[in-house]
Amino acid sequence: MSGSSNIVAMKKVVQQLRLEAGINRVKVSQAAADLQQFCLQHAQQDPLLTGMSSSNNPFRPQAVCSFL
Amino acid sequence: MRSPLTPEMATQEVQLNETLAHLKTESETLKTKLEEERAKLHDVELHQVAEKVEGLGQFVMKTRRTLKGHGNKVLCMDWCKDKRRIVSSSQEHAVTMPCTWVMACAYAPSGCAVACGGLDNKCSVYPLSLDKNENLAAKKKSVAMHTNYLSACSFTNSDMQILTSSGDGTCALWDVESGQLLQSFHGHAADVLCLDLAPSETGNTFVSGGCDKKANVWDMRSGQCIQSFETHESDINSVRYYPSGDAFASGSDDATCRLYDLRADREVAIYSKESIIFGVSSVDFSLSGRLLFGGYNDYTINVWDVLKGTRVSILFGHENRVSTLRVSPDGTAFCTGSWDHTLRIWA
Repeated sequence: MSGSSNIVAMKKVVQQLRLEAGINRVKVSQAAADLQQFCLQHAQQDPLLTGMSSSNNPFRPQAVCSFL
Repeated sequence: MRSPLTPEMATQEVQLNETLAHLKTESETLKTKLEEERAKLHDVELHQVAEKVEGLGQFVMKTRRTLKGHGNKVLCMDWCKDKRRIVSSSQEHAVTMPCTWVMACAYAPSGCAVACGGLDNKCSVYPLSLDKNENLAAKKKSVAMHTNYLSACSFTNSDMQILTSSGDGTCALWDVESGQLLQSFHGHAADVLCLDLAPSETGNTFVSGGCDKKANVWDMRSGQCIQSFETHESDINSVRYYPSGDAFASGSDDATCRLYDLRADREVAIYSKESIIFGVSSVDFSLSGRLLFGGYNDYTINVWDVLKGTRVSILFGHENRVSTLRVSPDGTAFCTGSWDHTLRIWA
């Protein structure tokens, strides 16, 4: 009966929602502070952020790309 | 025409309907509870926390290389870990592939093979060789088989396993050697368009995005969906983890990019402007996670300050949709592929 397969599907939905509702969460202020800290800690090692001089960046000097 | 119900069948049907109604109520209650729990912790916005952070200066990023070689739209690309090689795929009339649209491609971590697939519903692995005479097509190995197009693929930490996403609504993990299906991931209600693996330090999870507007985070070992986010207003074309693994960004046909924090279990930023009305095809972060690059269907690349939520730069150059965008492994440049048949390297 199609009724029972709907029930099986709905049971899965409910089970999934129970799982998701039950996880531990942190406050956005805490999560945001951590994201920010990661950015700032790694800022100096981010070439696209700090900008690299032509001498260091392999893509800036005019070398040739070849089709392998 | 249905045969008349016996009394037993009628009772059964009533019972099933009651149980279904009961489950529906429970599901609504749980959804409300989920929203309430998430809202309780929403004490501040990311850009507010980032107010005291120094703003970013002017960015001068230009096309440093233009790669022409494809005869048609570039659909996908990936960097090799040696940072000097790129694999890209396109809508070609290829002799070796059984179909014309290769929608997904990925480099193996060793650099010795590439995986690709598309409208053939498969993901195949091709060994690479510098010997131009070798017929590599003959050595192709079919690994994954879906019941609809392959939208994305990625090797896991080794050359031995591949993760795929498909128009059939599922993702799957495959053993490359045997072609065996190791795990399948069910939960999306429509085509899955993209996936990204969590940085290895974070453990065995990956995120997928789909036409059902949802981004799902999965446990690779159990096949379980552990978190789900539904705030986009249209298809999610691209998902990418933040370098720490604690968050991920998404790009959508709704013309926005969004940032979801996994520990807060919610969306924490939207990157959008009224003037941006075309969909985002592809997103990636700079190494520190401070910059988010988005490739758009209006041919441009928008560069966003992830913390402050503002746009720091808009880049022009492509003459058609930007379909794919990836930052190089060492973070010195990023590559874009476009329907204008070219790839561009920006730095």
